[in-house]
Amino acid sequence: MSLLQIEGLGIDFGGLRAVHDVGFSLKPGEIVSVIGPNGAGKTTLFNMISGVYAPARGRVVLDGEDVTRMPPHLLARRGLSRTFQNLQIFQSMSVLENAVAGHHLHERGSVFADLFALPAARRRSQASGESARALLDRVGLGRAAEQEAGSLSYGALKRLEIARALALKPRVLLLDEPAAGCNAVETEEIDHLIAQVAAEGVSILLVEHDMKMVMRISNHIVVLDHGEKIAEGEPAAIARNPRVIEAYLGAQATEAKHVDG
Amino acid sequence: MRLSSKATTLLILAAVIAIAPVFFPSSYYFRVGSLIFVNGLAVTGLVILIGYAGQISLGHAGFAGIGAYACALAPVHLGLHPALAAVLGALLSAAIAYLVGRPILRLKGYYLAVTSLGFGILVSMVLSNEAQLTGGPDGMAVPELGLRAVLKAIGIDLSNTEFWYAFSGLVLVLGAWLALNLYHSPTGRALRALHGSEVAARTVGVDVAHYKLVAFVLSAIYASVSGSLLALQNKFITPDVAGFMHSIEMVTMTVLGGAGSVLGAILGAAILTTLPQVLTIFQEYEQLMLGLVMMLVMIFMREGLLPSITRRIRGRAE
Amino acid sequence: MPELLQFLLSGITVGAVYALVALGFTIIYNASDVVNFAQGEFVMLGGMITFFAHAAGLPLPLAALIAIIVTAAIGVALNKLAIEPARGAPVVSLIIITIGASIFIRGATQLVFDKQLHRFPAFSGDQPILIGGATILPQSLWVIAGALAVFVCLWLFFTRTLIGRAVLATANNRVAAQLVGINTKYVMTLSFAMSAAIGALAGVLVTPITLTSYDVGLALALKGFAAAMLGGMGNPKGALVGGLLLGVLEAMTAGYISSQYKDAAAFVVILAVLFAMPQGLFGRKSTDRV
Repeated sequence: MSLLQIEGLGIDFGGLRAVHDVGFSLKPGEIVSVIGPNGAGKTTLFNMISGVYAPARGRVVLDGEDVTRMPPHLLARRGLSRTFQNLQIFQSMSVLENAVAGHHLHERGSVFADLFALPAARRRSQASGESARALLDRVGLGRAAEQEAGSLSYGALKRLEIARALALKPRVLLLDEPAAGCNAVETEEIDHLIAQVAAEGVSILLVEHDMKMVMRISNHIVVLDHGEKIAEGEPAAIARNPRVIEAYLGAQATEAKHVDG
Repeated sequence: MRLSSKATTLLILAAVIAIAPVFFPSSYYFRVGSLIFVNGLAVTGLVILIGYAGQISLGHAGFAGIGAYACALAPVHLGLHPALAAVLGALLSAAIAYLVGRPILRLKGYYLAVTSLGFGILVSMVLSNEAQLTGGPDGMAVPELGLRAVLKAIGIDLSNTEFWYAFSGLVLVLGAWLALNLYHSPTGRALRALHGSEVAARTVGVDVAHYKLVAFVLSAIYASVSGSLLALQNKFITPDVAGFMHSIEMVTMTVLGGAGSVLGAILGAAILTTLPQVLTIFQEYEQLMLGLVMMLVMIFMREGLLPSITRRIRGRAE
Repeated sequence: MPELLQFLLSGITVGAVYALVALGFTIIYNASDVVNFAQGEFVMLGGMITFFAHAAGLPLPLAALIAIIVTAAIGVALNKLAIEPARGAPVVSLIIITIGASIFIRGATQLVFDKQLHRFPAFSGDQPILIGGATILPQSLWVIAGALAVFVCLWLFFTRTLIGRAVLATANNRVAAQLVGINTKYVMTLSFAMSAAIGALAGVLVTPITLTSYDVGLALALKGFAAAMLGGMGNPKGALVGGLLLGVLEAMTAGYISSQYKDAAAFVVILAVLFAMPQGLFGRKSTDRV
């Protein structure tokens, strides 16, 4: 039984087919990676699944319910949460407040109670504050809790976004390049974190450029090129697939040549 | 023990309001003080809208106009006590803010600025044009609140200006308390989150349209009560209260002191209210100075006076 | 029918002024993404400076020329002193800066000149021309011709000249424009000068009909912005059509419903259009990148 099912998803930008007829599915606790060269449509795919863009074609089914074109805040209520390739941190808030803000669905209540700081409102804030601290500890940001979010390093901000997304207690988590800009040690930490979260039964959809990481942790890989799915399967099979090597690794090889030359 | 920023702000505000009269050379200063508090209240509402939620409105004087004219009209036509009239005005403002806010808050930036401006102009247009009801541009009288007589009966004898100083000061502290509570609450976090990144706020489940509307309605209530207080203490009201310049002054006060901080915004209200009152030479140059202040602060101190200054002091201390 | 025609003619006259203000908005918006709330002050300055130069004994064409040049210089100063230093500021700050500039210019005008209403003689006399039972002032024809001429010149400028294309390139992608060697600072300066000059021209053309005083700018800026929104922000064709539509709409409301609420009707219709078509009549849909 799949938790998230993508069927024939597609979108056009100004007559250009950005993503076309992409489909795959995620089971609970499964880690699925979407890979492909730059511009293959990975982030666009993420934006459609998470409700940021409205797909022109196809369906997104979450736990049996058609959630295509549903706005992100309603998807969040159904347990779908995500991080962003270009960081979307609440800059003027502290690190802790960013993580607390992720608890919105658990801590929201009557505006009246919030205005008058009634005990109910304070209890809600306190519960989300405690949970946020635990999450920050989990992603290794416990000591930075009181800092302004803007003062953190790029890698730390990536982890803060993961903590904020986890605060939702999601069933499906979309991670858009979580290890980008991280050093080897940080990458390994994120690696562990993702595996742990998946082990708790959360389905993870991952876009990542670090091929070693993708091969290591994915149960299943979907390969995009020019907006279309060209292959999918287990990591070992993908690594051997000639079309993938041509489209993806081929592009990398050319890039590598440019760097060398 | 370290005081929370909320307690500090309230203490500073209450202390200044309570101690300042010691230095007042004449009763005129009570009048200036109460004007500062009335403006400060409207500005505190705009801190919720602009500072917390990051939305702009150039039409909030419209709500001040609704609050003011409610106090003038409801006692005459509905036989309501002026205090109840003010409450009615606040409810009406909230309802109108809800109806107007739903469509216009879908717009962003410049579009929101202009449509809210258009709303404010509509309100002042109605107030000027419906002369049989509102007295038109000449304005109309507002009945006495009557609270001063009650206080006198129980032995507290205040002059008119003293009473309004104390009363609007009290309302301001209450308004500031509510706004500060909100800041640290789940609702406040949702507002600040959508200010920081709308798309990220959505993905953590914030119903952005709903929360923008919450901020818009709350700030409209603040503006409405501020308008009511102004009408009641002046005992006279003209459509200028709802005018474009009043809207602009409100926004300028907010950003001058610092839209992100309640205390800063009230400081902004104090500065812009006092300058023209104290320096009469300003009358002639008022627009010139207002325009200049708006430009200079936004160019050189984007966060506003108070946050920029505290940052500088902190920077030096470290 | 003559009544309808009459309202139409006066609507087109007013609409032509709105179109000129909207075109001014469009130029600056395209070059810098800034909506200049002081745009209406340029119109006011055009009228006021012409009046005082003319009153000082200069022939009208020379007075008008001086007004346009001085206003263009003020536009450049506005860009150099207030907009350029605030580059990268959030939209709320930019709104407050340009409104501040608008109030500043108004306050300065009131000090330098006065608070009275002024007019100077129409270019071709005040004898109304009869068209199918309705009348139109010769000056109205000047206004309409002015708006059309400016539109055609702008169109030629943006499509046929190198510098015009540089402005469009800057609007499209500032960094890329810099990389291919376009001096984006110069483009900004030029845009403000052109925009201010067009505003001043509108003021020169319309003052014999509507009169001018230090405080007419704001209402014009609002209507001009509404027209630009109606047509689709950043699109010169939209600015022209939006301006004319808005003018006609106002004239019809004033004629058939209530002259007191003509501004209200305009706003209501604009709101309706915005909600039905947030991009305006000629605007392009945009997608935020995340």
